[in-house]
Amino acid sequence: MRIVFKTNYMQDIRPWKDGYQLCLYLILLVVVAVAPWWLDDFYLGELTNVLIWAVAGLGLMVLTGHTGQVSLGHAAFLAFGCYANVILIEAGVPFLIAFPLAGVLTGIAGVTVAIPALRLHGIYLAIFTMALSILMDDVIVLAEPLTGGVAGKYLGGVEILGHLVDRWATPVQFFWLVLGVVVLVTLGYINLLRAPLGRSFIAVRDSEVSAQAMGVDIARTKMISFALSCAVTGWAGALMGMYAGAFNNESFNVLISIQLLMMIVIGGLGSIHGAFLGAVIIGFLPQFLSISKEYFGALLGGNTVAIPGLEFGVFGMILIAFILFEPMGMYGRWLKIRTWFELFPFYRKDMFKRQKSYLKTERLR
Amino acid sequence: MSLLEFENVTLKFGGLTAVKDLSFAVEEGEVFAIVGPNGAGKSTVFNLISRFYDPYAGTIQFDGHDLLKVKPSGVAAYGVARTFQNIELFEHATVLQNLLVGRHRHRKTNVLSEILFLPSARRQEIANREKVEKIIDFLDLQAFRDKMISGLPYGVRKVVEVARALATDPKLLLLDEPASGLSVEETTDMRWWIDDIRRQMGITVLMVEHDMGLVSGVSDRVLAMADGAKLALGTPAQVQSHPAVVEAYLGKAS
Repeated sequence: MRIVFKTNYMQDIRPWKDGYQLCLYLILLVVVAVAPWWLDDFYLGELTNVLIWAVAGLGLMVLTGHTGQVSLGHAAFLAFGCYANVILIEAGVPFLIAFPLAGVLTGIAGVTVAIPALRLHGIYLAIFTMALSILMDDVIVLAEPLTGGVAGKYLGGVEILGHLVDRWATPVQFFWLVLGVVVLVTLGYINLLRAPLGRSFIAVRDSEVSAQAMGVDIARTKMISFALSCAVTGWAGALMGMYAGAFNNESFNVLISIQLLMMIVIGGLGSIHGAFLGAVIIGFLPQFLSISKEYFGALLGGNTVAIPGLEFGVFGMILIAFILFEPMGMYGRWLKIRTWFELFPFYRKDMFKRQKSYLKTERLR
Repeated sequence: MSLLEFENVTLKFGGLTAVKDLSFAVEEGEVFAIVGPNGAGKSTVFNLISRFYDPYAGTIQFDGHDLLKVKPSGVAAYGVARTFQNIELFEHATVLQNLLVGRHRHRKTNVLSEILFLPSARRQEIANREKVEKIIDFLDLQAFRDKMISGLPYGVRKVVEVARALATDPKLLLLDEPASGLSVEETTDMRWWIDDIRRQMGITVLMVEHDMGLVSGVSDRVLAMADGAKLALGTPAQVQSHPAVVEAYLGKAS
């Protein structure tokens, strides 16, 4: 059993609890950073994909996990970020300016969308944002001069300070670029959560009435949350575009939105870890399925013909299983396992059980 | 001048008049209680102060400011903090985080400095933490500092709500039934805390409460309401023996 003895406020303010925890995360970072030396190009590409999904997950986590605003429209912002990045690069803007700018523009687009969405809650907000996702498809087709319409766009490598960064030609450089974005976004997220703004997001999520009474401006907080969420999603979209190389109006359809939302629910809503764990599942599940399909096919002597919709079927089942048995997601499960080991043999089954309270102040609006 | 002044405030929900031509004033440094049967409009008065409702007529002044010009999230900035009848804490956050949200009105940093966690954000966090720790000490919440609200018993949640309100550094503290659902011991604790909040911290307290023991124990003045209107206003003893109050609670003597 490990006990952290606190003697200083900084111990609660800094992001890590103690040196041990800091070491673990640094080791993880180093192990991932040197992945090009222990992974072949195929799996390096898959790992890159997982990290890009993690950025997208972090983007949605700000909005859905921490501010409690469901969004089924984040594929629209992925698309926005992707196209903004490409269009800027084609206009001759260097990548190091185009990429951040793509995120900022997506953030601004997010705020514009947020203004009518501020009064919507729950299922209505979900429907509204889902409509966005469907609309984006048509908007891309209609804005053909800018977006290339149905024919789509192609983005080869980009140049960063004289180095070519390309998904196919220089996968290692591209991996490090993605890793860099992941680390920066994660650090920003951690900082946000230990500052007043992150707490006001949580306040809006858990009780708008009392957040207001504490002086939190609900509309403004939701808008900032939309802006940050969409900006990060825009970066993820830009990276996805570079990862895919070619994309058109159908690359970011509504299914991507749903997949993204499922990802953070499976990973664990309301935690940074959740976005990463969910991305690992989403990223590796297709590989896992195709491998296991071959295995079972060989075992049963059957063929290995693709079963349509298998992937989404399995996603759906995983999602249902999580909502039924582990609403806190993979991260919640991990916390339980860790606590079991830390407290051995004193872990009790109901330790994480939450006292439900059904009484809520009558919703005032 | 009084700290809080209600002048001829009327609030209607469609055909129902929830508050009827209500006038009263809360003086600085006193404990002022509002009593009355269910549905008398006591909590509605609180919600009017919190600006959740717009009155149909009348004015509400706080510390010389016209509260009706302030938006709901702006009320805290003037130094009004409140608790809720049916506990409205941030359930999936720790006690410490809940209290730190109370410091939100003192926030001086902006989005960028927080995302980069500049030294200014760090200083602000430490200053907030110091304030919050004083309140944790004051209300004996040390044991629950890092506990999630969703795992806390009802009595503790009640105290955490008072703590969160105190963390905003208010001039006026609104307590909506601070003793409802508490045991006898907890009610006694609450009584001494309210007394200390007024004496040591110099905060004016306005509370809605049904427990007449608590009301007569701590309050300087009591306002009795029924059906949204003022019945009686005076010391606890005066109000308790006022014929209109007796009638509202017990019915007319036949």
